[in-house]
Amino acid sequence: MKTLETTMIQETKPILTVNKYKFIIWLFIITIIMLFASQTSAYLVRRAEGNWTEFKLPVIFWWSSSILIISSVFMYLAQQSAKKDNYGKLKTYISGAFLFGIIFLAMQYIGWLELQDSGIYLKGNPSGSFLYILTGLHAFHLISGLVVLLFAFVASYQLKIHSKSLIQIEVCATYWHFLDLLWLYLFVFLLYFR
Amino acid sequence: MATVAEHIETQDHAHGHGHEEHHEQSFIRKYIFSEDHKVIAKQYLFSGIIWAVIGGLMSLVFRLQLGFPEMDMAWLKPVLGQWVSLAPDGTGKLDPNFYLALVTMHGTIMVFFVLTAGLSGTFSNFLIPLQVGARDMASGFMNMLSYWFFFISSVIMFWSIFLETGPAGGGWVIYPPLSALGEANPGSQSGMTLWLVAMALFIVSSLLGGINYVTTVINLRTKGMSFDRLPLTIWAFTFTAILGILSFPVLLSAALLLIFDRSFGTSFYLSDIYINGHALPNQGGSPILFQHLFWFLGHPEVYIVILPALGLTSEIIATNSRKPIFGYKAMIFSMAGIMFLAFIVWAHHMFMTGMNPFLGSVFMLLTLIIAVPSAVKAFNYITTLWRGNIIFTPAMMFAIGLVSFFVSGGLTGIILGNSSLDIQLHDTYFVVAHFHLVMGAAAIFGMIGGVYHWFPKMFGRMMNDTLGYLHFWLTFIGVYLVFFPMHYIGIAGFPRRYYQWSGFETFNTFADLNAFMTIAAILAFAAQIIFIYNFIYSIFWGKKAPANPWRSNTLEWTTPINPGHGNWPGEIPTVYRWPYDYSKPGSESDFIPQNIPFSATPESNLPEENEMISEEKEIEKIEFNHNIPD
Ligand code: HEM
Ligand SMILES: [Cu+2]
Repeated sequence: MKTLETTMIQETKPILTVNKYKFIIWLFIITIIMLFASQTSAYLVRRAEGNWTEFKLPVIFWWSSSILIISSVFMYLAQQSAKKDNYGKLKTYISGAFLFGIIFLAMQYIGWLELQDSGIYLKGNPSGSFLYILTGLHAFHLISGLVVLLFAFVASYQLKIHSKSLIQIEVCATYWHFLDLLWLYLFVFLLYFR
Repeated sequence: MATVAEHIETQDHAHGHGHEEHHEQSFIRKYIFSEDHKVIAKQYLFSGIIWAVIGGLMSLVFRLQLGFPEMDMAWLKPVLGQWVSLAPDGTGKLDPNFYLALVTMHGTIMVFFVLTAGLSGTFSNFLIPLQVGARDMASGFMNMLSYWFFFISSVIMFWSIFLETGPAGGGWVIYPPLSALGEANPGSQSGMTLWLVAMALFIVSSLLGGINYVTTVINLRTKGMSFDRLPLTIWAFTFTAILGILSFPVLLSAALLLIFDRSFGTSFYLSDIYINGHALPNQGGSPILFQHLFWFLGHPEVYIVILPALGLTSEIIATNSRKPIFGYKAMIFSMAGIMFLAFIVWAHHMFMTGMNPFLGSVFMLLTLIIAVPSAVKAFNYITTLWRGNIIFTPAMMFAIGLVSFFVSGGLTGIILGNSSLDIQLHDTYFVVAHFHLVMGAAAIFGMIGGVYHWFPKMFGRMMNDTLGYLHFWLTFIGVYLVFFPMHYIGIAGFPRRYYQWSGFETFNTFADLNAFMTIAAILAFAAQIIFIYNFIYSIFWGKKAPANPWRSNTLEWTTPINPGHGNWPGEIPTVYRWPYDYSKPGSESDFIPQNIPFSATPESNLPEENEMISEEKEIEKIEFNHNIPD
C-alpha cells in the first residue's frame, strides 16, 4: 500500500518546475536582448544610409574579450564547486569571476582612451557615437552584473550557498554568462560592420 | 450551490504555506510600501484616476481654445499664470506654445500614465493572483518597486508642468529635431529633459511589472489551473505583459539616443539644421531613425492599452450574458495574432516619411491583416451577447460600450491603413478620431467597466447602480458627440496639433462644429465627476457587498469578501473546469464556479467531462515542490 502511494506521488508532476527567480532572470535577459537588438538594428539602418566613417576597434578589446571569457569560466567552476559543497574552491572561483569582471571594465575604459587617441569621439559621425553607446551600455549592464555577483560573493562567504541552496548562484551565473555572450556578440558585430 | 461551501470547508489546512498567517504589519508596510498585490493594485488605481483627471482637464483647456478661438481666457489666469497673456483691455489669450505643451502632456499622460500604468497596473496586479489562485505576485518586492518607480516617474512628469519654460511640447511621439533642440520650442528645453527622465523611470516600472505578471501566470497557478482553464482576462494580461517586455526596451533605446543628442552633442537624429542662418555642427543623423524606433514601441503600445480592456470585457460580457464566452480558443488565438502582428506593422505611422512605396504596400498589407483578429474578437463579443440572458449592470453597459467604440474606431483604422488614403488623412483630425474611439474611449470604458465589476472585491462594498447608468449614458453619448464630428473635419483637412485655424478662410464653415465638439467634451468630462463621487462615496458608505455579487465563476469570488494577505484563509481552491460554465444545460444553477469538480455536477456533465472525473484525483494529488522557495 505504502509503495503504491509513493509511486502515485512520483507520477503526478508538480506544477512548479521552474523556479520563479530563474524565470524572472530569463525575462529580464529578454528585455536586455531587445534593448541591444534595437540598438544594433538602429546601427545597421543608419549605416545603410551612407555618410559613415569607418573605425578600427582598439586592440585591447581582443584582450578584454578573453578576460571576460575567463571570468565566465570561473563563474562556471564556482557553480560546480557549490554543487559539490566545496566552500574553499567556491570562494576562490567566485572571487576570480568578480576580479576578472573588474579587470574587463578597466580594459574597456582603456579601449575608450585608445579610441580617443585615434580621433574617434562620442561627438561626431554617428559611427563613433554608436561605438561608445554600445560599449557603454554593455559596461553599464556589466556593472549591474557585478552587483548581482557581489551579493552571491557575500552569500558564499557567509556559507549560504551550498548544494541545497543553489538558486542564487544559478541566477547569478545565468546573468553573468549572458553578459559575456552579449559582449562577444557586440564585439563580433562591431568587427564585422565597421 | 451548497457544494461550493462544502467544498471549501472540506479543504483543510494540511499544507501549511508560509504566507497564510496574518502577521500584523505597521501602517507604512501595509498601505504605503506594501508588497501585497491588492494594495499595489489600488495604489495604481488611485494614481491612474488622479492622472486621468489632470489629463482630462488639460484636454478641456485646449478644446476651449479650438472650439472658441476668440474666447477671453483671462478667467484661467489664476490657474495657468503666465500661460495666459493679458491684452491691454484685460482679455486673455492662451499661449500657443503652452497649447502644444498641453496636447503633448495630455497624450503622454493618457497613453502611459492612465491607460498603461493605471489600467494594467490595477487589473493585472489585482486579478492575476486572485484568478490563477496564487497567494501573491511572484516577487512582491519587485512589484512594490514597480509602483514606486512609477510614482517617482509621475512626480517628475508632474513637476515638469510647473517649469518656467513649460513641459515637453513636441507631441506625445516626441519626434526630433523638434524635441531635440531647445530653440525649436520652449518645451524642448528642460521640459523635454524631465519628460525623458520620467519616461525612462516609467519604462523600468513597466518592465518590473510585466516580468512579474508573466512569471506569476506561468509559475504560480493553483492545482488544476491549466492554460486552457485560464480566464480570458489572464490571457489578455499575459499577452499585454509580453508586448511590454518586448517593446518598452526599444522605446528606452530611442529615448537614450535622444538624450545623447540633446545633452552630449551626438548626431543620431540630427543633420543639416540651420538656426537663424547658422548651421548646427550635427551631421549625419537621421530623424526617420527615431520614428522607426519609436513606432516599434508605439504600435505595440496601443495594444498594451487595449488588450487588458478587451480581457476585462470578455469576463464581464460572459458573466452578464449568463452564457459561455463564444470562441474561447479563437479569442486566445486572435489575441496572440494581434500580439504577433503588432510588431510588424509599425511603419503604417510613417507612410508619409518618404518610404519606398513598395515597402509602404508591404506594411499596408500587414496592417490590414490586423483587422482579421480584431474582427474575430468583435464578433465573438457580439455572438456571446446574442440571445444571452443579459443583465445590464453598469459594468456590462461599459463593456458593451467598449465593443461599440472598438468597432467604429477599428473601421476607420482600415481606411487609414491604406497607404494611398493615408496621404490625405495623415496628421489630420481623422487620425485623432480613429484612435480616440478605438483606443482612448474603448480602453477607458474597459477600465471603468472593470472598476464597476471588481469594486466589490476591491473594497467589499457595492457602487451605486443608478449613478452608474447615468455615468454610462452621459459618457457614451458624450464620447460619440465629440469624436464622430471629428472624422468630418479630418476629411475636410484639418491638421492636428494646430493652435487655431481662424487664419484659413475655408475652415471657418466648420467653426460651429468645433464649438459643438468642445461642448460635448465638457459634458463628457462632467459625467466623470459623477463617477468619482460614486467611487469615493461607495468606498466608505456603499452597500456591503455579498461574496459573489455577479454570480461569477472565477476564483476571486471564492475568497472572503475582504481578502486578507495571502488571499485565501485556508488552502487555495483547486480548479476543475474552465471559467465559462454559465447556464449549462442540466444544471440547476446558472453558473458553476471553477472550483466545483465534475463529480459534484453529474446532472450537467458532457460525456467527455464525465471521463475527466477520474483525473480529478490526479489533480488533487499534485504536490507543489516546496523545495523551491518563494
Ligand atoms: C483595424 C485595425 C487598425 C488599423 C488598420 C489601424 C491603422 C492605423 C493607421 C494606418 C494609423 C496611422 C494614421 C496616420 O498617422 O496617418 C493609425 C493610427 C493610430 N492608431 Fe490605429 N489601426 C487599427 C486599430 C487600432 C487600435 C486597436 C488601436 C489602439 C488600441 C489603434 C491606435 C492608434 C493610435 C493611437 C494611432 C495614432 C498615433 C498618433 O499618431 O498619435 N489603432 N492606425
Ligand atoms: Cu499603429
